[in-house]
Amino acid sequence: MDFFMQLLIGGLSVGFLYGLSAMGFVMIFKSSSVLNFAHGELLAIGAYFFLALSTWANLSIPLSFLLALGGCFVLGLLVERVFLRPLIGEPLIFVIMLTVGLAAMFKGLILLIWGGNLYTYPDFLPKILEIRWGLIRIPPVYGTTLIIGTLFLTLFGLFFKFSSQGIYMRSVADNQRAALSLGVNVKRVFALSWAIAALVAGMSGMVLGIINGVNVHNLSAIGLKVFPVVILGGLDSIGGAIIGGIIIGLLETFTGGYLSPSLRDVVPYIVLVLILLIKPYGLFGLKEIERV
Amino acid sequence: MDAILLQLNNISVVYSDVIQVLKGVSLAVEKNHIVSLLGSNGAGKTTTLKAISGLLKPENGRVTDGTILYQNSEIQNRTPETITRHGIIQVLEGRQPFKYLTIEENLRVGTATRWGKPYREDLEKVYHYFPALEKRRGGLAGYCSGGELQMLVMGRALMAHPELLLLDEPSLGLAPLVVREIFRIIRRINQEEGTTIILVEQNARMALQIAHYGYVMENGKIVMDGTADVLRENPDIREFYLGMSAAGTVKSYTDVKSYRRRKRWL
Repeated sequence: MDFFMQLLIGGLSVGFLYGLSAMGFVMIFKSSSVLNFAHGELLAIGAYFFLALSTWANLSIPLSFLLALGGCFVLGLLVERVFLRPLIGEPLIFVIMLTVGLAAMFKGLILLIWGGNLYTYPDFLPKILEIRWGLIRIPPVYGTTLIIGTLFLTLFGLFFKFSSQGIYMRSVADNQRAALSLGVNVKRVFALSWAIAALVAGMSGMVLGIINGVNVHNLSAIGLKVFPVVILGGLDSIGGAIIGGIIIGLLETFTGGYLSPSLRDVVPYIVLVLILLIKPYGLFGLKEIERV
Repeated sequence: MDAILLQLNNISVVYSDVIQVLKGVSLAVEKNHIVSLLGSNGAGKTTTLKAISGLLKPENGRVTDGTILYQNSEIQNRTPETITRHGIIQVLEGRQPFKYLTIEENLRVGTATRWGKPYREDLEKVYHYFPALEKRRGGLAGYCSGGELQMLVMGRALMAHPELLLLDEPSLGLAPLVVREIFRIIRRINQEEGTTIILVEQNARMALQIAHYGYVMENGKIVMDGTADVLRENPDIREFYLGMSAAGTVKSYTDVKSYRRRKRWL
């Protein structure tokens, strides 16, 4: 039972992170139909920003966390402005291939600067966040993850539901032509969705870095997990991305705990295949509203 | 001349650099007037509207010749973002709601041209014109009826405070009673808000009832224009658009084949 609880909490918080980073992926897909293959690298970049700020620049942890988030946001804007915008109106496959190129470029840059070694952050999380319950002891990082994840989720939920800019973003995802006819600045919406995607990916990268250590290969491999996550949840559903993330996270930790640690990276993809066979649009994929 | 809000001078529109759709269209729209653009399918009415609103661009179309003057400045081939900020809003054909947004969120997208400004009063105004929308303000637009959707997209455009409203076939696929309601509201918007309106319609009878002036298009050209009263009395219009014989009686199907009037303008 104790072991179960430990796995449950670990799985939930890792799943939350997968879900959050998948949310960024889904946002890009929804607004511009682009599959972003550089997602894992965005994750890694976030983690390395945080590493550079907290260990090299020796800034305080909260400050470097916020600065790293800001850096990711700006990076997202720049990527959209420099690489994506010139390709607006070109066939989609060009844009998707471009993201593959971006992935290689980012990975190369990271390897150039930091090399392929495993780095760890200094241990900074306060012990109060450690959850103790009978014999179970859950490291503070998981509690922190749950708090940060819930916070981000609520913030983005409020942003998309109530703020004007959030509603414009949803309108572009819904019907781009109509949004254009009302004067919605579609380019700004694209830029913003890349920026937010980079921000949440970077955030997940930082926290995953705290859990597993920072290594470009590991982190970009985790980024690849957005594919089973979003296909499980439905490619165009933000809520689905979160739930898909949690399911994949739980599956992973439980297989790792009860079956075999070597299977944990395989099971999500097996589930992916099964889901595609049974529900090709994912659990929460868009059902076209049809009026009869 | 200062009463003229919009002027198209001999414009040509080409799609994908090869397909010429408009071949020298000129028209003038006076301030606070409703101007109706009539014509059969493929005549170029929608393209004319898109040339004005800048929505040609995403469809790979371009104004290759001529000028579009709006309040005495040239606006041809500008981006939709700039043109909508000058106060020109097009209501697209076929309604195009944001299906997964609620009615109120749909209306709020209409404030995109003046982001950050208060919009409460405008919502009240739209609900005042379209009371049916207020009842469903929290419901998803995807589940609304055709009439409600037409009201929704018109309300959405009103939220932008348009100077010039381009309506593309508002009566498309609606029941006659709903059509009458929609046209009554169009006239009210024109009178109460002072909005200038260009109305593209297949329903020539309704359009000429509320319009001040009309243009008839065929094959990418303007073939006839005049005040609505003059057009209504024109024998060609009566025959080809209002379904009456030249003598003014409702046309009988027995006559259709024996004698077919030639259009005079061809």
